Amino acid sequence: MAEVAAKMEAALTEALSPSALKITDDSHQHAGHAGAPDGGESHFTVEITAEAFAGKNRVARHRLVNAALSELLKTRIHALAIKAKAPGE
Amino acid sequence: MTDAATLDAIKKAVTENDVVVFMKGTPTFPQCGFSSVVAQVLNHIGVEYAAVNVLDDMDVREGIKEYSDWPTIPQLYVKGEFIGGCDIIKEMFEAGELQQLFKDQGLVEA
Repeated sequence: MAEVAAKMEAALTEALSPSALKITDDSHQHAGHAGAPDGGESHFTVEITAEAFAGKNRVARHRLVNAALSELLKTRIHALAIKAKAPGE
Repeated sequence: MTDAATLDAIKKAVTENDVVVFMKGTPTFPQCGFSSVVAQVLNHIGVEYAAVNVLDDMDVREGIKEYSDWPTIPQLYVKGEFIGGCDIIKEMFEAGELQQLFKDQGLVEA
């Protein structure tokens, strides 16, 4: 797995103990557009299922994901799509 | 850190407009796919909204992230309350929740 995606997986796994986690690198769809860094690994989709999301609204769920990835969001991640579910949803 | 004047300007934009979106580009010429989606959803619903192009002002671009402790753009606010970014707006729209929110707030015809 590529470097940034691997770091994202490690950070999310540690913070949220997901029962399912899929990270997709969408950078190729954005190559060359304003603000897209060279070398890819900038645009991602995170699909994550975790017990931590149960009973939380969408904003709260996204905040948990954003918090887990805060360092990477400041440095490497240019755009992040999030699909956050609790088990059974 | 964002200076107080910028945060005040953001607060003013958020409280003086019933619906305001902070986006990259404008509703007519969005500069980012995520911002474009939110503008399209709002256009489709037919709600009146103000748009702030964060690319016009680097202070606002960073300040809005601090304002709501939300690291990405676009950001939608309704009656001063932060509603969400692109994914949340899209999900709420698909579930009919966003339309309901605007109806409940009297911003579109019920």
